[in-house]
Amino acid sequence: MTSAADKARTAAAGRAAGPSAGPWRRALARLRRNRSAVIAAAGLLLIVLACVLAPVYAGAVARTDPFTSNASGTAIVDGQRVPVLAQSTEGLGLGVTPIGPTWDPGSYLLGADNQGRDVMARLLYGGRNSLLIGLSSALLCCAIATVLGVVAGYFGGWIDAVLSRFFDVVWAFPVYLLAICLSVVLLTSGLHLGPIHIDAGSLALPVVIIALIYVPYVARPLRGQVMALRDKEFLHAAVGLGASDLRIMRREVLPNVLPTVVVFLPLMTALNMLTESALSFLSVGVQSPDASWGTIINDGLALLYTRPAITLAAGLCVGLTAVALNVLGDGVRDALDPNARLRGGA
Amino acid sequence: MSTLLKATDVVKHFRTGGHAVHAVNQVSLEVRSGETLGVVGESGCGKSTLGRCLVRLTDLTSGSVEFQGQDITRLSRRALRPLRPAMQLVFQDPYASLNPRRTAGDAVAEPLRIHGYGDAAAVRNRVAELFDLVGLARAHLDRYPHEFSGGQRQRIGIARAIALDPKLVVADEPVSALDVSVQAQVLNLFADLQEELGLTYVFIAHDLGVVRHVSDRIAVMYLGEVVEVAEAEDLYAAPAHPYTEALLSAVPEIDDGSGTPRRERIVLTGDVPSPIDRPSGCSFHPRCPAAQPRCRTERPPLRQTATRQVACHYPLTP
Repeated sequence: MTSAADKARTAAAGRAAGPSAGPWRRALARLRRNRSAVIAAAGLLLIVLACVLAPVYAGAVARTDPFTSNASGTAIVDGQRVPVLAQSTEGLGLGVTPIGPTWDPGSYLLGADNQGRDVMARLLYGGRNSLLIGLSSALLCCAIATVLGVVAGYFGGWIDAVLSRFFDVVWAFPVYLLAICLSVVLLTSGLHLGPIHIDAGSLALPVVIIALIYVPYVARPLRGQVMALRDKEFLHAAVGLGASDLRIMRREVLPNVLPTVVVFLPLMTALNMLTESALSFLSVGVQSPDASWGTIINDGLALLYTRPAITLAAGLCVGLTAVALNVLGDGVRDALDPNARLRGGA
Repeated sequence: MSTLLKATDVVKHFRTGGHAVHAVNQVSLEVRSGETLGVVGESGCGKSTLGRCLVRLTDLTSGSVEFQGQDITRLSRRALRPLRPAMQLVFQDPYASLNPRRTAGDAVAEPLRIHGYGDAAAVRNRVAELFDLVGLARAHLDRYPHEFSGGQRQRIGIARAIALDPKLVVADEPVSALDVSVQAQVLNLFADLQEELGLTYVFIAHDLGVVRHVSDRIAVMYLGEVVEVAEAEDLYAAPAHPYTEALLSAVPEIDDGSGTPRRERIVLTGDVPSPIDRPSGCSFHPRCPAAQPRCRTERPPLRQTATRQVACHYPLTP
């Protein structure tokens, strides 16, 4: 009797499983059909994988330590042992010229920088930092923005007024100016705010700075979306059932704005990574001897005429990753809301 | 029959651009335990707003509402929470009243979770039971609203409303968004549930045919006011207010061959006046075929007559 009933239920569940896949699963299926998004995702995966394997490359393939200078080192090029750094004879005659790309993965594939460090190994390690900072600051930014945007849009009134003015103030600053100001102050002293302690020079510092300056960019559209939800009948229904504000925000509002947050995530990761690179390029992001794509571009700048590969390689990495993230983000947006207008306007 | 809900002089104004819209104007009503009170009127006459006032989904501008003898007019949302299980609302639009991102089972479970019905297993059992009760397949528990038809969605809304064994259900045009063939099914469901669970309904509609089918008593609204309240039979047999008469004459009738004369169609002239700029005296006088000079100046109160309550200086029937 029970088994018969069970069997009937499983059969029913099996029938139901097909058409009743939730909105997330349907979006994933749509995303899989989007060729450019899949290619972008595959490319990203490749980049991430390469960066994750940075220690393997540095330790087993190139056998160098990319974080210590190697001024007296040598490399083997065309069977000949040559110094990594040669006294410069060109240009203004100042400083040194490191060896260029050897195209030999075992020894300075992309050449050395002006401290004799392997550029390829630094590129991979730098990618780790760039990606890590980009992703974690995007997560932090979206988390803060979701809370603030939902609260502002849901309650409206003075709460909204206060939060919106805060967004305006942050938004009013040029992004880089604000980031540089924060960095200059925080990088020397570290951040000590109540229970939060971040040491000067920690990687978490650029993460927090970049996350904070972009909060309004995500929170504003979310706030608008929540305000539009405010008059929906299912929110009235929830009030009629006796749900508290917190419960309504969590269980009714949040599931409806979460797709937007998910769309923002890859786009913000790209934007934050670019910001990180820019800050590091300006020496107010990742601090030496740590590397990021931004610091490598900066390192390469002094050698731009003699060894352009350094700057080009790092710039290409940043560019490709940003493009891939944006294509993926567009795909995610299309998948989550097939009716959405293509980007533009906003 | 005891009084379950009592509304006294309920007024609800909305402010729009400096003007006050008198959505509900001095409405007094009684809903008795176990009955169905139909509320009819043209769209925009304040029926839905009245419904929301009755269950305190919105604040009243003035007047009072008593539920089970308790004055709920000024209770905060938090203070209303313990009363919510007893008074529930079914919404007009079954598309808008369900969260598109939550499954049907989840929607029906929500009131149970809010009011601490029991552990997850108890909630699941109760939701399955409710699905049976409203005629939904248990296999559809995990489906999302977009996968249901309008009628099925309204059943989900009904299941959600009756989940906590309410005393009073205010149904705000629950079938007007549905196909006619589905309307009958949902109306029958309302009737079955009333019998089974001893529910009291306030049934809001603009379709007199629908209201007649379900109501014990009927309140007719015009421009935010109740103009006539009577037993359904009396109202249909002999309307007392000229507006009710005009409304009834607009209901299409089937010639059953019995030779009973059809109602003469009364076509009202003019539009419904704006609720911002209400007419003086009786609010119906600009359109009333039987208006007298007195109607222009003096607002008729809702008076008790032999068979009903009517707000007219010159009622058509005593």
